[in-house]
Amino acid sequence: MSVAVLPHTVKPHPITGVYSGKLGIWLFLASEVMLFGALFSSYVLLRVGAPAEGPAAWPSHADTHLSWKIGGINTLVLIISSVTMVMAWAELKMNNFTKGRWYLAATLALALTFIVVKLAFEYIPKFQHGLLPSTNNFFALYFTMTGLHGLHVLGGVIVIAWFLLPGSGLWHKDPEYFTNRIECTGLYWHFVDLVWIFLFPVMYLL
Amino acid sequence: MAGAHADISKHKRAYYAVFAALAVLTVVTVAVAQFHFSDVGNVAVALAIAAFKASLVAAIFMHLKWEKAPSIWWALAICGIFFIALLALPVLTNSDNPPQVQHTMWDVRAGAAPAAHTSH
Amino acid sequence: MTEAHHHHDDHHHHPELGWWRKYVFSTDHKVIGVQYTVTALLFLLFGFTLVMIMRWQLAYPGKPIPLIGGLLGKTLANDGTLLPEGYNALGAMHGTIMVFLGIVPLIVGGFGNYVMPLQIGAPDMAFPKLNMASYWVYFCGGMVMLLSFFAPGGAANSGWTSYAPLSVVATQGQTWWLFGMVLLITSSLLGSINFIVTIIQLRAKGLDFFKLPFFVWSQFVTAFLLLLAFPPLEAAGALQLMDRLAGTSFFMPEGLVVSGIVQPYTGGGSPLLWQHLFWFLAHPEVYVLILPAMGMVAEVIANNTRKPLWGYRLMVYSVIFLGFMSFIVWAHHMFITGMGTRISAFFATTTMIISIPSVIILTALVISLYRSSIRYNVPMLFALAFLPMFAIGGLTGLPLGLPAADIQLHDTYYVIGHFHYVVAPGTIFAAFAGIYHWYPKVTGRTMNPALGKIHFVLSFIFINVVFMPMFFQGMAGVSRRLFDQTFYQHGLDVQGWTQLSSWGAWMLGLSQVPFIMNFFMSLRAGRKVSDNPWEATTLEWAAPSPPPHGNFATVPVVYRGPYEYSVPGQKKDFFPQHLAKAEA
Repeated sequence: MSVAVLPHTVKPHPITGVYSGKLGIWLFLASEVMLFGALFSSYVLLRVGAPAEGPAAWPSHADTHLSWKIGGINTLVLIISSVTMVMAWAELKMNNFTKGRWYLAATLALALTFIVVKLAFEYIPKFQHGLLPSTNNFFALYFTMTGLHGLHVLGGVIVIAWFLLPGSGLWHKDPEYFTNRIECTGLYWHFVDLVWIFLFPVMYLL
Repeated sequence: MAGAHADISKHKRAYYAVFAALAVLTVVTVAVAQFHFSDVGNVAVALAIAAFKASLVAAIFMHLKWEKAPSIWWALAICGIFFIALLALPVLTNSDNPPQVQHTMWDVRAGAAPAAHTSH
Repeated sequence: MTEAHHHHDDHHHHPELGWWRKYVFSTDHKVIGVQYTVTALLFLLFGFTLVMIMRWQLAYPGKPIPLIGGLLGKTLANDGTLLPEGYNALGAMHGTIMVFLGIVPLIVGGFGNYVMPLQIGAPDMAFPKLNMASYWVYFCGGMVMLLSFFAPGGAANSGWTSYAPLSVVATQGQTWWLFGMVLLITSSLLGSINFIVTIIQLRAKGLDFFKLPFFVWSQFVTAFLLLLAFPPLEAAGALQLMDRLAGTSFFMPEGLVVSGIVQPYTGGGSPLLWQHLFWFLAHPEVYVLILPAMGMVAEVIANNTRKPLWGYRLMVYSVIFLGFMSFIVWAHHMFITGMGTRISAFFATTTMIISIPSVIILTALVISLYRSSIRYNVPMLFALAFLPMFAIGGLTGLPLGLPAADIQLHDTYYVIGHFHYVVAPGTIFAAFAGIYHWYPKVTGRTMNPALGKIHFVLSFIFINVVFMPMFFQGMAGVSRRLFDQTFYQHGLDVQGWTQLSSWGAWMLGLSQVPFIMNFFMSLRAGRKVSDNPWEATTLEWAAPSPPPHGNFATVPVVYRGPYEYSVPGQKKDFFPQHLAKAEA
């Protein structure tokens, strides 16, 4: 219910050069940087401070049982999904609603692929082999950080699915508003990709 | 509008180029990790590649290359400074304590545990 | 928003919102501001009640609590006598409720939401639905905290700081606390994004950053603190939940023994990690508690001295610098954890540096009083009292910022006295000043000045009776979390001060009765006043009282700075920001 018409929700503010939603999503991403930053900081502190031996020692590379192949495939899946996301925005910007929607659907499919791979080939086999968050601090960090990242992917899935189906009606009312929303969704989605770009080497390779 | 379309077409080429770069760098980072240089060396190489990939995503996919709004840049700059403080300062906490102090500080072993505090 | 205008913009909707959408699930920043204010005041009263119960145990250890002792649940008291576990739960929940459910929602969620958009000439916040979500998430967080009292083992009892490993092995209430905190953090995250975007995007035409009222500046900096400092605590909360629910050892050392039982944790974790992540939030949080208070006091002082604020730009630069520095002083809370000397010296230095901008702001406010004809109305009395009270709170903090002195004073009543002087007679007095000052804008009526003055005088006397003795107790070495300090001789020696402090607290509670009466009675019986009863210059007074949905009848344009009082050559002693020419 918009009784008072708020300025700068769709068109950029003439002086600041952004519409409000885009500034909002960037501020949100800044807070996300601090959220994941705290977790990476915890990783550094715990790894540096880990005892040299005993059950709490940092596991060797072989003992982590993480496959760089599965991690690498998921990395590629997320990278491709980032491309399709940005293409969706580009097509909408050029007024190609149908094409833009197909790219959005592709992004959704790739996001779901990431989650399925993560669960079916990584989490569930790990649990079956008794590798749990409580096993040691490496697995504690692995499950917490990739789990939180996974929740972010899930959040992206929900938002993209919304704009793919019920939310797409906005295009017919106000195409620019809808394109802006896809841009904001994209900014979030690329950030999720960006976090994974750091998580992949830190968890699978180092 | 025509100008905007031409811009977007140029963007699209950039998107594909970045995709290719990200894919290649993913392979490179895996390949490099199979060699052991030194503890610090491997971390440095892996993080350098990741940072480069991340900056490609931020610059092209997130349009920072074309972003002019000062408010966004200010927010990111402030966030960057505090991010560095958050990463650096906790790990420096014990940097000049002797190693045994660093270790025993939170490594209270069963035998050495202080008597249970009797709160009144 | 007039009916005619309304139909013009938006003919698809029915013009009248239903009762639920108008007063409960409203997206109007003013309704949300009032919701925040009322909820936060209730939580302040509740948190204060908790501490009044604790003060009985401190003054008369082991004696049954009169009047309400029998009402306390089994986890808190036995036959009306407070249990040690109950005391711990009350202490932890007092801190949590006052900070996260009382003061921040009051001065940021309440005052910030109501006043800030009006002061910048905006029709609403930039994201009205997000604003509503922010309030309701806060409300749910508050309910989780309240319900945690009924959890098995009672509410969280590991202190408001929830230090590990104690908090990890604590009773179930701690899990509730963590879930409540996640909700509260989410709420302030949504709020802070909204505040920043609103201030950047929705300022009225002509309102440059250096024409913003100081209150808006304080909210702007505060929003950045909330935005960037809270996520690490959210991360820490997630890690602690993992420790408690999934058996991880993020904060757990190897082979920890509690009450003779070896804990089933793999170990390798670091209790210090919790402290780092907690204080990375909680130190900026201290400035979240004080900056908006400074902003409110600045508004009231400029208005009642009838002079421009002295050093407005200097104050703005100081508040920005304060916000910036507040992120790199946090480990001064951790000097006795065995940190290295080099890093301690770093944090001691940054702590000394951060006192400079605080002193600049306080000094600028004091200089603003010089040679002015002060109007001693109720808001001004509270604002004037803020200055020395905040000064006591601030200056007693300096010894705590220096490791050598802090080792003596850490975790004693001195610390309690120090930060309560900052937040109780500091921030809460500023909030009272704000309530008396902006009440006419919200309701169109003033609060009764006689009752207000009684409230002020009694509060001022008793709040000092509560907190001043704590410095003496602390210097005597009494630890802050003792259930019964008379157990120790050094505590017994200063027990008289403890009893005085307790009586001060109960009298302070009674002193709020005139305020509560005044607050509700003035809704109907208060004197009706014009839109600008204080003859103020800032934009909120250009809107009708109470402002309608959409705020301004005509979109204001700003021509000058915020505090153009007593401009030479003008007929009236105030020159509002939105007037092109002075009124004849």
